[in-house]
Amino acid sequence: MIHFDNVTKVYTNQNRPALDHVSVDVDKGEFVFLVGPSGSGKSTFLRLVLKEERPNSGAIHVAGKDLARLSNFKVPHLRRRIGCVFQDFRLLPNKNVYENVAFALEVIGKPRRFIRKVVPEVIELVGLEGKAHRMPDELSGGEQQRVAMARAFVNRPMILLADEPTGNIDPATSIGIMKVLDRINRTGTTVVMATHDAAIVDSMRKRVVELEDGKIVRDQSRGVYGQAY
Amino acid sequence: MRANFIFSEVWIGLRRNLTMTIAVVITVAVGMAMLGIGLMINAQVTMMQGFWYDKVEVSVFLCGKNTPMPSCKGKAISAQQTKDLQGEIQGMTGVEQVLYENQAAAYANFQKTYAGNKLLVEAMTVDDMPTSFRVKLKDPNNYQPIVQALQGKAGVSQVTNQKDLVNQFFGLLDKLRSGALAVAIVLVLAAALLIGNTVRLSAFNRRRETGIMRLVGASNLYIQLPFVMEGVISGLMGGVIAAVMLIVAKVFLFEEIARYFAFGSQLGWDSVASVITLTMVIGVFICVLASFVTLRRYLRV
Repeated sequence: MIHFDNVTKVYTNQNRPALDHVSVDVDKGEFVFLVGPSGSGKSTFLRLVLKEERPNSGAIHVAGKDLARLSNFKVPHLRRRIGCVFQDFRLLPNKNVYENVAFALEVIGKPRRFIRKVVPEVIELVGLEGKAHRMPDELSGGEQQRVAMARAFVNRPMILLADEPTGNIDPATSIGIMKVLDRINRTGTTVVMATHDAAIVDSMRKRVVELEDGKIVRDQSRGVYGQAY
Repeated sequence: MRANFIFSEVWIGLRRNLTMTIAVVITVAVGMAMLGIGLMINAQVTMMQGFWYDKVEVSVFLCGKNTPMPSCKGKAISAQQTKDLQGEIQGMTGVEQVLYENQAAAYANFQKTYAGNKLLVEAMTVDDMPTSFRVKLKDPNNYQPIVQALQGKAGVSQVTNQKDLVNQFFGLLDKLRSGALAVAIVLVLAAALLIGNTVRLSAFNRRRETGIMRLVGASNLYIQLPFVMEGVISGLMGGVIAAVMLIVAKVFLFEEIARYFAFGSQLGWDSVASVITLTMVIGVFICVLASFVTLRRYLRV
């Protein structure tokens, strides 16, 4: 599903590569934690998958497509198959829960009848039934992140990328967020989650890829956060 | 494509930047009106040149009793002199026809030409009119030898080439047209910069929305169209106001001036309509262009 082959990314004006000859394979339906300290290249990895950045060398394949050969014109179609969740939720403050989720479908031109059918389903999937007409500022952090996950998942992507989704949320609420991610993963969606949160990684017992200074220092199935130390 | 989604976005964008939108509309309106007036003057001049160049003739004014010109030496021309002069002019090369115009005919002509200007007509009498020869030339551009030969002859008070007069008038209109077009160019430039700025503000105001749209895979067209449509709509509004201004200009400026100056030809509504269409197209085109150029800079897709 995601295939990195010897990928190096150096940002302009920086000497040290953000990713340094990284090769990794993520299969369909896998759940992968991307761990490592700040600046170790986790976010760069996710941005490369979305083709928000281009690698300086190496090849990236996502959902069977070679990103180097994917024209800019087709990048939006790639992104429709990838859902994204961030630490800061990125909801639209002037739209309610339903509208925030529906927005993701409206802007890719889905018909209204389809939107009316699937949006309530997804809102229920993330556990926000009955809160469809709340505004984001009336929700707790955990609930806002659930809205963001609903928006990321509403178009049934093949891949869900989560960049520290529990970063702004207390540990108790984080467990609920992880349950939703697990539920999404069980529908067959590949999930890649970048995180600092050792407790979550340890409790989930999923594959762990650890980055340090842009290099992969550990790739372990059913791993925990700090075993390498 | 969900039209009402695009339009609600456009509406929100226009309303959020209301002051900028108004500035754009006014600039586009005035700029396009100036461009239109320039084009209308141009059409008027072309039409008048066709009309007048057919009719221009050399007028040889003859000395009357009270003619103050020095060449007359205070004496009126005699009947014999008049006849001799007519024969002489007739024999010149390049002359097609010579007509004698007496005072009564001159007065009738005068009344007809200035029918719109009652005050002037009432102030003049038959006796104020000079007698003259109207010399029609085979080639209106080749008037110089004839004018030179007749100037200063006994009994001739003044030789005027109508083409000189007409050209002077056209020269004035040409300057007006150039002025209007110069103002139009400056304003169009200002409009383009204003639109650029509006789009930039819009893009900044909606950076969250566009960021999410990019993320969920909205196509470039879907992301950019609301911004371009904002430009198009302000351009259209400006164009409509410009059209109103042009119609007002046609009724209150061109027709009024035509009445005073006896243009001999009227600018038709059909040419006003084509000028309005052209300015609208140009206005909208400039708005779209300015939006696109700015979007490429401020809305990375």
